[in-house]
Amino acid sequence: MRRASELRNHERELYFFQLRIGVAGFAVLAAFALLFVRFVHLQVVQHDAYASKAEENRISIVPIAPNRGLILDRNGVVLARNYSAYTLEIFPAKVRDLERTIQELGEVVDVQAKDRSRFRKLFAEIRNAESLPIRTRLTDEEVARFAANRYRFPGVEIKARLFRQYPYGDIASHVIGYIGRINQQDQEKLAELEVAANYRGTDYIGKSGLEASYQQELHGTTGFEQVEIDAAGRGIRTLARTNAQAGNNITLTLDIKLQEVAEAAFGERRGALVAIEPSSGGVLAFVSKPGFDPNLFVDGIDPASWAELNNSPDRPLTNRAIAGIYPPGSTFKPYMAMAALELGKRTQKSAIHDPGYFEFGGRRFRDSKKGGNGYVDLYKSIVVSSDTFYYQLANDMGIDAIAGFMGKFGFGAKSGIDLEGEASGVLPSPEWKQKRFRRPEQQKWYAGETVSIGIGQGYNAYTPIQLALAMATLAANGDMYRPRLASYIDNLRTGERRHIEPALVRRIALKAENVEFVKRAMAGVNKEGTGARAFGNAEYTSGGKTGTAQVIGMKQNEKYDEKKVAERHRDHSLFIVFAPVESPTIALVAIVENGGFGARAAAPIARTVLDYHMLGKLPEGAIAEPAKSDAAAGAQDDEEESD
Amino acid sequence: MQLAPFSARRIVQRLTSGIDGPLLALSLALVVLGLATLFSASYEQPARVTAQVSNLLVALAAMWLVARVPPQTLMRFALPAYLIGIALLVAVALAGDVVNGARRWLHVGVARFQPSEMMKLALPLMLAWYFHKNESTLRLRDFAVAALLLALPVLLIARQPDLGTAVLVAAAGFYAIFFAGIGWKILAALGVLGLASLLPLWGLLHDYQRRRILTLIDPTQDPLGAGYHTIQSTIAVGSGGITGKGWLHGTQTHTDFIFAVFSEEFGLIGNVVLLTIYALLIARGLMIAANAATFFARLLAATITLMFFTYAFVNMGMVSGILPVVGVPLPFVSYGGTALLTLFIGIGILMSVRSHRQLVQT
Repeated sequence: MRRASELRNHERELYFFQLRIGVAGFAVLAAFALLFVRFVHLQVVQHDAYASKAEENRISIVPIAPNRGLILDRNGVVLARNYSAYTLEIFPAKVRDLERTIQELGEVVDVQAKDRSRFRKLFAEIRNAESLPIRTRLTDEEVARFAANRYRFPGVEIKARLFRQYPYGDIASHVIGYIGRINQQDQEKLAELEVAANYRGTDYIGKSGLEASYQQELHGTTGFEQVEIDAAGRGIRTLARTNAQAGNNITLTLDIKLQEVAEAAFGERRGALVAIEPSSGGVLAFVSKPGFDPNLFVDGIDPASWAELNNSPDRPLTNRAIAGIYPPGSTFKPYMAMAALELGKRTQKSAIHDPGYFEFGGRRFRDSKKGGNGYVDLYKSIVVSSDTFYYQLANDMGIDAIAGFMGKFGFGAKSGIDLEGEASGVLPSPEWKQKRFRRPEQQKWYAGETVSIGIGQGYNAYTPIQLALAMATLAANGDMYRPRLASYIDNLRTGERRHIEPALVRRIALKAENVEFVKRAMAGVNKEGTGARAFGNAEYTSGGKTGTAQVIGMKQNEKYDEKKVAERHRDHSLFIVFAPVESPTIALVAIVENGGFGARAAAPIARTVLDYHMLGKLPEGAIAEPAKSDAAAGAQDDEEESD
Repeated sequence: MQLAPFSARRIVQRLTSGIDGPLLALSLALVVLGLATLFSASYEQPARVTAQVSNLLVALAAMWLVARVPPQTLMRFALPAYLIGIALLVAVALAGDVVNGARRWLHVGVARFQPSEMMKLALPLMLAWYFHKNESTLRLRDFAVAALLLALPVLLIARQPDLGTAVLVAAAGFYAIFFAGIGWKILAALGVLGLASLLPLWGLLHDYQRRRILTLIDPTQDPLGAGYHTIQSTIAVGSGGITGKGWLHGTQTHTDFIFAVFSEEFGLIGNVVLLTIYALLIARGLMIAANAATFFARLLAATITLMFFTYAFVNMGMVSGILPVVGVPLPFVSYGGTALLTLFIGIGILMSVRSHRQLVQT
């Protein structure tokens, strides 16, 4: 019985299996029928269309590069635009003797040594480039002359191209950045992002500044043309065309007028200035001096100009506002006072007697004022910038408490601004020292090191954007918004406008009375303290703090040439300020490298910028003039300092 | 003197025992069409034709050997082949050569080979063996185990990345599970579940990943990048017309898309001939499976046959622009030694199943 049932079972299984074989066979037939229908569709129904596409002429797909999006300031003033011009391009693969061709081209159009060296540089940098420009921006006459001689130059063609132009030249150059030829590295990055196909017709890419950080927005979508080409590779006619879609326009929070005023105020001095709207994080002005002319880069910079920029001791290509790190000096004190109040280490009434130094471990930490400031309470400590008060305070608080509190204000951390190349700076702490140094005796944190942290010296080192962000956060009563330059992005095709909403990074819990106290003390600085010389007669309220930062390394570098030390290792001048005190609309930091006392060099710049922001008041006369007088004032400061 | 012709016939009989005439004839017909097309397409690389001929000789020898091995013996190879295959895939992931951005090749002494190719046969063997072992007690749990056995190599191959081979291996595993008798309801449920999981998955993808998938579906979206080949091959197929442009009169020189060349030169008529040969080959394979002696042999034969189908359908579908472009060769026609070897070993297995179908019953 069992055998029989097993056998029947087996037969049943075989039947089910064969049923499935049948199903599979049917699926195969259905799939092949689908293929057959497709073949009939292609080879019978649409045969004529495909035959004409394939016959004799091959079809080439020619990419059409999209127009790059514009960059505009908050009032719609164009900061980066495009214009069309003719270029003379060499297709290296189609030219037998490059040198001779270039030589002969020189007889027809003006080819200078600069053009040649730039071409050679491009040729070496960009392998397998389809074509490279030997001359850009041809005149109409040159175009006509080349056209008449075209038969002599196989593999050389005139192309109409769009060029990037920066109408403001070196103004805001570190914000806007520049574009340059796509090189090997860029290509690899594009391949990684899987957007290489969209760059088939594109030769240029953002290399720095907003041009780089918003590259994908600005670029647009490449169009293409299906072109019939004959055996010689010449286009006969266009079969189909999909237009390119221009890149998106980016409108900034930056005010180019304010920017101009700020840059003019710096004159020839080196330094940085960042102004932020505290309620949103929008950057109103962003200065890094010296700048450079980004227009030099758009055709591929010639080696001589590149060497000049790259080798200058002023380092004009460094974006000081986000990549320069400076000790904050006394601008650190308002935050120290804030920390002391919040952590209960001091009250608003706490006072000391300042003999002009603070003694710790047998060492005297000197106050910048000889003989001291006498009786100093918390308010006065900010207004007159007492060092002794803060030596003592730092020692009382301890490094962990300081680092913990300052971290919340963004010190020592990238601000997250929409630019590439931001530095972190250093918020000193025992953990940081442990990581930073190798040798055990260097890794240890010494209590004496905490003392100078209190006045913004020691290992303290922050970027200007961090100092501005901290000021904005304090001005906004503890609300920290990520700094950003872009306000909104317009898609021209759809008309869609994408606003970049203020991004609240954190809300620092601060007691209102403490915030109010520190702000009042900072207002005191500008009324009756170290900022009074620059701000005493201002028609609006403001709260500021001066700072003078010793240039690190001066003591170790004593062997250096004295004259050089005197020039480059002079103190940096800093000033932080917000205005108006009641409901701040601007918070800024100004830093003048080697500018001496904060009150002398940086504070007047801040005043000029605030005057324009608050009152719309331009510096006396034209913009160029106050730049001169400020430079003179700076020189005077320098003299005083070196004495 | 009279013995000589007699023994010669015996020798021939001996040598051809186990060889299935129809299978051999059909697969060789495909190879001949492939060589002719290859010759036409590769006038710049004539060495490819001679290389393919020597590949063919190796593949035929392998087929002949495998055809003589009874399925019971093949069964013993299942587990080792699978485990070695997995080990090699892991080795590739750790130390393989990168060619064109994908890590697929492994150096073995002087030669390089792709372990993923081996998996195309090792996985059907493994699953057929696994189901055969548990034949009398097949439950849902067994199908779940089979799915895991399937997922491991597929994920390893997909990570290389080699989407084409991963799809083929996954399909092979699916066929084995299907023929092993997974319930229709479960199958339908899995299908619905699969489709439903696509939606949230889509939401997790990056913009550029979505764009890439959309390009797979509609190549005209990206004519400068991935869509280029499909547009070109569709034009080639379409321009072939009903009768084709004639042998050696095509314009295509891409040996990767050999079906485009074939289709352009031989037209709709050629395509129908090709489809018919594949249909006959598949019919023969399914017949062999239906009459096989053991559960193992049935599953193996049916799975391998449907793999031939998958190869052919995916390749022709992608060249004619109805399926996304993935690296799947046209079976027996495309250039390539490893693929040819795998395919003819598959034919050898089918032959073995056919010639040993009575063993158990007697």
